[in-house]
Amino acid sequence: MNSTVEKFAYDNRIVKNFAIATALWGAVGMLVGVIIALQLVFPALNFDLAQTTYGRLRPLHTNAVIFAFVGNGIFMGVYYSLQRLCKARMWSDRLSNIHFWGWQLIIVAAALTLVFGYTTGKEYAELEWPIDIMITLIWVVFGLNMIMTIVQRRERHLYVAIWFFIATWVTVAMLHIVNSIELPVSMLKSYSWYAGVQDALVQWWYGHNAVAFFLTTPYLGLMYYFIPKAANRPIYSYRLSIIHFWALIFIYIWAGPHHLLYTALPDWAQSLGVVFSIMLIAPSWGGMINGLLTLRGAWDKVREDVVLKFMVVAVTAYGMATFEGPMLSLKSVNAIAHYTDWIVAHVHVGALGWNGFLTFGVLYWLVPKMWRTSLWSKKMASWHFWIGTLGIVLYAVPMYWAGWRQNEMLTQFTEDGRLQYQFLDVVNGMQGFYALRSLGGTLYLIGALMMIVNLYKTAKSGSFLANEDAEAPALAKSYSIHGKEHWHRWIERKPVQMLAFSLVAVGIGGLLEMIPTFLIKDNIPTITSVEPYTPLELEGRDIYIREGCYTCHSQMVRPFRAETERYGEYSKAGEFVYDHPFQWGSKRTGPDLAREGYGNNKKSNAWHYNHMADPTSTSPSSIMPRYPWLLTTDLDTSLTASKIRAMQTMGVPYTSGYDLVAVAEMNKQAQIIYDDLLLQQDQILIGEKGLSPNHEIIALIAYLQRLGTDIEVKPINTAQK
Amino acid sequence: MKFINYLESIAGVSIYPLISMMLFMSVFALALWHVLRQSKESISEQKNLPLQ
Ligand code: HEM
Ligand code: HEM
Repeated sequence: MNSTVEKFAYDNRIVKNFAIATALWGAVGMLVGVIIALQLVFPALNFDLAQTTYGRLRPLHTNAVIFAFVGNGIFMGVYYSLQRLCKARMWSDRLSNIHFWGWQLIIVAAALTLVFGYTTGKEYAELEWPIDIMITLIWVVFGLNMIMTIVQRRERHLYVAIWFFIATWVTVAMLHIVNSIELPVSMLKSYSWYAGVQDALVQWWYGHNAVAFFLTTPYLGLMYYFIPKAANRPIYSYRLSIIHFWALIFIYIWAGPHHLLYTALPDWAQSLGVVFSIMLIAPSWGGMINGLLTLRGAWDKVREDVVLKFMVVAVTAYGMATFEGPMLSLKSVNAIAHYTDWIVAHVHVGALGWNGFLTFGVLYWLVPKMWRTSLWSKKMASWHFWIGTLGIVLYAVPMYWAGWRQNEMLTQFTEDGRLQYQFLDVVNGMQGFYALRSLGGTLYLIGALMMIVNLYKTAKSGSFLANEDAEAPALAKSYSIHGKEHWHRWIERKPVQMLAFSLVAVGIGGLLEMIPTFLIKDNIPTITSVEPYTPLELEGRDIYIREGCYTCHSQMVRPFRAETERYGEYSKAGEFVYDHPFQWGSKRTGPDLAREGYGNNKKSNAWHYNHMADPTSTSPSSIMPRYPWLLTTDLDTSLTASKIRAMQTMGVPYTSGYDLVAVAEMNKQAQIIYDDLLLQQDQILIGEKGLSPNHEIIALIAYLQRLGTDIEVKPINTAQK
Repeated sequence: MKFINYLESIAGVSIYPLISMMLFMSVFALALWHVLRQSKESISEQKNLPLQ
């Protein structure tokens, strides 16, 4: 061993920056959560304004809480723990700062583009391509800084938390890149490269792993560092933590497809996803037990220490979400829960309990530490704990109940075999639940605001230590091997190799799951009657995406009697082959729209016009927002030709040269709808600027009338291309 | 009509889950073997890293 002791200092300033960002973006994201929760109770809160409607704010909420709140929380925890575990300052202060400011810039860009309607329409991956590129670059900066810090460390072993951080980095990079492959049409508009079933597969492979590798693995890393820190005792079982790590990352990668159970996915992919999801209980609970048992014999401490209280609830919530998750991936359970508020409950047990409470615990521990003082008000923190816990309960219980009710009502038949309830009956039945949930969310938010005050006061009363002095002997260059060497030690000693190894392993795993997905495109039976969207329908579809209609409406009729009875013929994979991106949705706050233009669901153009102007005019007691701007804004046709060309590039069979006539074709179709509306104009709630064939509403109506009509002519041609 | 197994018509598709399964099993078995073999001292040294 080399015994020259080196002096250095830990960089606390970067941790402080991320901590402030975590708390502030957390408050913003939760505030938006409360707003959208209230919008479902009081639709007037949509304010008849494009930028504040539910469909745009819901993606703002999810992106803000996941990438801004949890994201900054991850970085805060990594920058603090990594330096200490490596006994080294971050490799480059400049990279740390670029990472910090770059990430905040991404968040601001995300918030602005989302409310202004620039979105790819893929959940949790809504951001448009320039922002996707920014994310990639900043992620590389973060990774480089992290790896170089590890390379320059003064501690031989890599503690298990670091493994979780590295796996997170590698996997998120892969997921983000594969799922974000899109064809730009303009600076702020692109189409997913994948279509229909394939797009859905890629999206939920991403979606589930985003949950796994953004909301879970980095936080497990934090758990393994901060629980021992806060309790001042080592983790219960280190061996278990390593098994936990390996089992978790490998199974997670394969568990994507369960998000689409019972939709148009092949059984094969579904079953594999289910098996792996069930197996996930084991490592997940291994992690939970490890966290909780760390505190064995120290429960008196937990009663005293608010930090530990938050952490215990967090780990327990993790255990609940990871027990429930595998259950949800069982076909029979998923058939009930999918598209309902049950999923929303599941999500928020994880999000509010696990991510939220662990973040709060870490913040309450870190701030007094870095400001060299004690918490300003323990009492207030304790209040935060209780009010937050009550908030979670008031959020989760009504949502579980609501989800159950939704399924019950929607699948109930009368004695003579008819559906008992209209969809609107279900919507009406939800008001109480939604109101309670809003209350729960508000309490949770109030708790978070109390924390911000408390931490601010704490910081005021202390003095911040920007550079924390430390010393440690440098790592000997050569490592003397005593006796037999384990391959694993070799990996531990060589983190870059470890990174490469896990990259290869995770990459192969991911790839193997993805290969069939890339082959599937040619194996979807073509339905000859399915044709590309007309230019007007395509523009209408883009409005549908822009307004975030998919946040409340699915486009996927599952093969259940209750659904085919309500919505019509169930969805076929071949119907989605031109859907860039797919719009199956994940939650039915409103009814499914896959057959909106077909059969019993078909409505007149005038009905749609009125419905968009004021949903209660056609559907009393509807909670859908109004869309007055669609009735007055002219459709922007400047990109239509490039959109057609983009579709052609991706293999949508428009005849060559169609881009040149697209606008003319579009005007023709618009005129027909307009003429039809004119015939019924005395029944229409005409907008301020009167009726016009150029208004956006015309395109949207064209799209809605198109939905589900492709199967009108039946013959199916299974011949492959 | 039931949903068709689009993947089944891909020639040799079943090899992918098989390989992935084996890959997973072997990596996991290796990890397990390694973890169980480590000495108590080494484990305890690593375990105490956050508390140093
Ligand atoms: C073993 C662990 C877990 C498994 C197997 C699992 C499984 C599932 C399943 C089956 C769904 C429902 C998809 C659907 O039908 O719509 C789901 C949704 C979701 N879960 Fe989990 N879950 C687990 C743990 C967690 C944890 C710890 C969190 C959060 C921190 C979480 C967050 C989510 C989110 C955000 C969604 C919503 C995705 C969507 O939009 O549909 N899950 N999960
Ligand atoms: C004050 C706290 C919060 C409130 C009131 C709130 C409220 C909501 C509401 C109303 C929705 C829409 C549900 C629907 O579609 O019917 C939602 C969705 C969602 N929220 Fe929150 N939320 C809060 C905190 C959080 C946090 C902290 C996270 C993550 C760390 C989170 C993650 C999500 C996700 C992933 C979804 C989408 C679920 C899905 O697609 O199934 N929320 N939230």
